[in-house]
Amino acid sequence: MSHFAPDTEKQMNQISTLLPLGWTHYLVGGLLIGTGTALLFVLTGRIGGMSTVFSSTWSFIVQRPFFQQSRFVESRVWRLVYALGLILGALLWWVFFAGRATQATSLPAWQLLIGGFFVGYGARLGNGCTSGHGICGLGSLQLPSLMAVLTFMATAFITANLLAVWLP
Amino acid sequence: MRGDRTWNHLATLLAGILFGFGLSFSTMIQPAVVLSFLRFQDFGLMLVMGGAVAVVAVVYRWAPRWARRPLLGDHFHQHPSVWNRDTALGAALFGFGWGLCGVCPGPAIAGLGAANWDLLWALGGIALGALAQGIRAK
Repeated sequence: MSHFAPDTEKQMNQISTLLPLGWTHYLVGGLLIGTGTALLFVLTGRIGGMSTVFSSTWSFIVQRPFFQQSRFVESRVWRLVYALGLILGALLWWVFFAGRATQATSLPAWQLLIGGFFVGYGARLGNGCTSGHGICGLGSLQLPSLMAVLTFMATAFITANLLAVWLP
Repeated sequence: MRGDRTWNHLATLLAGILFGFGLSFSTMIQPAVVLSFLRFQDFGLMLVMGGAVAVVAVVYRWAPRWARRPLLGDHFHQHPSVWNRDTALGAALFGFGWGLCGVCPGPAIAGLGAANWDLLWALGGIALGALAQGIRAK
């Protein structure tokens, strides 16, 4: 008994170093996200990446040929319904699990706005984001999506770490 | 067949609800948690992504073998991704933005349901970025 203890303790310490806030909520949340994406596929046949809604919704008001492509016009309604679902799902969490506590970020507005701009521009230029390439693309075992994920992880690691040095 | 449309929307809504609840439950709608992953302080995001990919990989592979078509749709869609200059540049820019703010498209939308109004800045930024990309494209 006793000679197992130090090893187990060491392993537990390693886990708590990698995952200081625990791991169950991450895994359960991830499985739920996957179940949502999978359910969309089983019930409607659709591939549920999130970033396309940001192009398809502009097709309601911007008449330029790019936004009037059939892939945006024909999917714009269900993509908004899907986005509404995301909001409702988060609302359920907020009401029943977060005690309606005020949520805020500690980041300045400029950082969210400019970061968001590159997120939107980049995701649409690269045809996918963390859910499109990350979940759907990797879930369908597509090499180009894996390369996209490795690319955005790399630039995100660099940016976040440089920022931590410059703007502590 | 007309009634299918309503069921189709309800199914899409339900899928979105699971997605949004999962994003919130896993704290991915909190930029600080995402940034702590990107700074190698908490590897939870790997579990979120791994868990989601595992479920999706099984269902994407097996659903078309179990059924000829989806319950409420004509056919199972495919979305082949390609690796080219746009994908590479787009992914790199996406990562830069993500590293700057810790918000990606799903959490920016879901954040509204959790009454995190700060995330409206990111949501607006993403919408403007997508607009700029479309205008530059054509």
